[in-house]
Amino acid sequence: MLGKLSLSAIPLDVPILVGTFLGVAVIGLAVLGAVTYYGKWGYLWRNWLTTVDHKRLAVMYIILAIVMLFRGFADAIMMRTQLALAYKGNPGYLPPHHYDQIFSAHGTIMIFFMAMAFMTGLMNLVVPLQIGARDVAFPFLNSLSFYMTLVGALLINISLFIGEFAQCGWLVYPPLSEMQFSPGVGVDYYIWAVQISGVGTLLTGVNFFTTIVKMRAPGMGWMQMPVFTWTAFCTTVLIMVSFPVLTVTLALLSLDRYLGMHFFTNDAGGNVMLYLSMIWTWGHPEVYILVIPAFGVFSEVTATFSQKPLFGYKTMVYATCSIMVLSFVVWVHHFFTMGAGANVNTFFGIMTMIIAVPTGVKIFNWLFTMYKGRVEFTAPMHWTLGFMITFSIGGMTGVMMAMPAADWILHNSLFLIAHFHNVIIGGVYFGYIAGMGFWFPKAFGFKLNEAWGKRAFWCWFVGFYLAFIPLYVLGLEGMTRRMNHYDNPDWYPWMLVAEVGAIVIACGIVCQLTQLYVSIRDRNLPENLDLTGDPWNGRTLEWSISSPPPAYNFAVIPDIHGLDTFHTEKQLGRQAHGKPLAPIHMPKNTSAGVFIGLFSFILGFASIWYIWWLAAIGLIGIVATMILRSADRDVDYYVPVSEIEHNEEVYSRRIAAAQAAE
Amino acid sequence: MTQAPTTTMTGDSHGSYPSYLIGFVLAVILTVASFAAVMSHALSPGMALAALTVLAVVQIVVHLVFFLHMNTSTEQSWNLMCFIFAAASVIVIIGGTIFIMHDTAINMMSR
Repeated sequence: MLGKLSLSAIPLDVPILVGTFLGVAVIGLAVLGAVTYYGKWGYLWRNWLTTVDHKRLAVMYIILAIVMLFRGFADAIMMRTQLALAYKGNPGYLPPHHYDQIFSAHGTIMIFFMAMAFMTGLMNLVVPLQIGARDVAFPFLNSLSFYMTLVGALLINISLFIGEFAQCGWLVYPPLSEMQFSPGVGVDYYIWAVQISGVGTLLTGVNFFTTIVKMRAPGMGWMQMPVFTWTAFCTTVLIMVSFPVLTVTLALLSLDRYLGMHFFTNDAGGNVMLYLSMIWTWGHPEVYILVIPAFGVFSEVTATFSQKPLFGYKTMVYATCSIMVLSFVVWVHHFFTMGAGANVNTFFGIMTMIIAVPTGVKIFNWLFTMYKGRVEFTAPMHWTLGFMITFSIGGMTGVMMAMPAADWILHNSLFLIAHFHNVIIGGVYFGYIAGMGFWFPKAFGFKLNEAWGKRAFWCWFVGFYLAFIPLYVLGLEGMTRRMNHYDNPDWYPWMLVAEVGAIVIACGIVCQLTQLYVSIRDRNLPENLDLTGDPWNGRTLEWSISSPPPAYNFAVIPDIHGLDTFHTEKQLGRQAHGKPLAPIHMPKNTSAGVFIGLFSFILGFASIWYIWWLAAIGLIGIVATMILRSADRDVDYYVPVSEIEHNEEVYSRRIAAAQAAE
Repeated sequence: MTQAPTTTMTGDSHGSYPSYLIGFVLAVILTVASFAAVMSHALSPGMALAALTVLAVVQIVVHLVFFLHMNTSTEQSWNLMCFIFAAASVIVIIGGTIFIMHDTAINMMSR
């Protein structure tokens, strides 16, 4: 009846998990209680949970990403603490079974549910506004994508309290992830969480690709598109080409596990190495899916805060596109040691080194944008400068490891760990936080606190170097990754330094929370309010409308005459439009996404525990909801002109108030 | 859904009766030719394999042109570009995987 599920699946014998569960339960109940107490369920359901508005979905994505950041960071600091303790006679406080789950969960959560969610959130918020569109191409799919991502995140976090998580790393390499060596439900949690959220990501890719191709404002040709939109475009292409490969790879692994097939087993003709090749065919483009939008954020931030047009717009576009293409022909560098011959390794090694060229072009573009500009050292600019230094170092160690000969020494050592944290924290994370600071006033109508933002930056920046430079040294000294205990006295001091670094990063996260709290508390102070909708003297279309924008974004779709049209017209003192207002056609909210998410959750959870009748209910529910939704003809409405006029009038009064205050 | 200023919804050709008929006849000829290549035993196995490959590729093109209406007209340019890009990606992914796995198999003497 309940498949593999029984009371013994709840890890009551692990005090850390019981404590975590109590903490999560208390916070969860407090949130639910607060919503009930203030009578906000109706508001939450109507305005947020069932919304198809890309701006609100963006906010929900980023909240999910921040929550997942806490979870992933908790894992990280637990690992660092274990390794600061587990030296010689001391076994540390995490037994290997628990420790292995932690490093697997850390990687999976940080990539799939922190970084991907954050990236999708930023794209959702910014892309339609930058191209002068009123929503994305498929608003309902956008809501569905969010719930698929959310369900994946829920499944992976439930594995903490019911059952276990995978113990074989964040990419669950076979044969370790096969039934023979991982008979528990850990790998199944991984497979279902990643597969379900992968569907959401693929839909997001299709959705934003279509939006960018089809819904640009009149006059906005390809070479008039803002750089962030360009990077989002390249990312969607990468998503559409690479995510199906992930889906197929994990589907084959599930066939091995569920139906006893032999795609990746040791025996019966399975080929373990094929899994490595396939998973990295997705995995390498994946890291570019994450970092390319971050490059877009840095381009917008640098140009805006240097008060100059971006240096070398065209080279930036070409560099982005060449990175997009090259990222597809480098995947062997993740497994040079697998045993391919010199010709394969040489080809992929050289391709990997070539990626450094367009990336270098970008770095110089940003530097020349700042050159002779009036650089304002705001918090987003701090993150950008920190990125340029940190990412350059990470890129150079990457080129080091692109040499197969060097990689044979460094493969799977802590040097590798230091390298990819160097590019992912220094590139991806710094970029997303810069983007969050930059576009926060657009989403909410008030700015984030600068002082706490800078404190957060310095903690992250210093903490990063303290935590990861020791790992470079340790890698060169021969320490491998995923180690639970060691007795080499040379490594011990470096592990202590890394632990200090993790604690400094924890301070950075506390500063970010404080920044959010202080900003919300002081949101009505005149220096924090964004009345004009253009707090940074911005260059692109999203700054030409009020903050937060109305649901339909643009009362009148703007005409584009070139790159940064909005900024040019501002310089010329030209007032916008004068075109007559017309009723605006908009999509209605729908609860179909919530229900499909709910049924997907049931399907995933039931399949993990082999509860087949429940899985059938989940599957039927998904299909039935989809059919009901397709039969629904009442999916849109018109915003009347009177309402648009009213909103426009409020906006012009706010601008007048802002001008009077100056 | 909400607006389509840069979209042209007109001119999406869905083919005509003659074009479907030509496509159908071509598809039948190619299918029969494939069966004939194998069943007549006129070709050596290696040659038959080569002939089948060529016929299959031509078959794909026939389907794309006559049934999926892919051509070089302006309204189809995005479809064509996406198709070429997808084909290139598939070639990179499958070709690359074969290249790697074959080389590994020889180098490690596992096959």
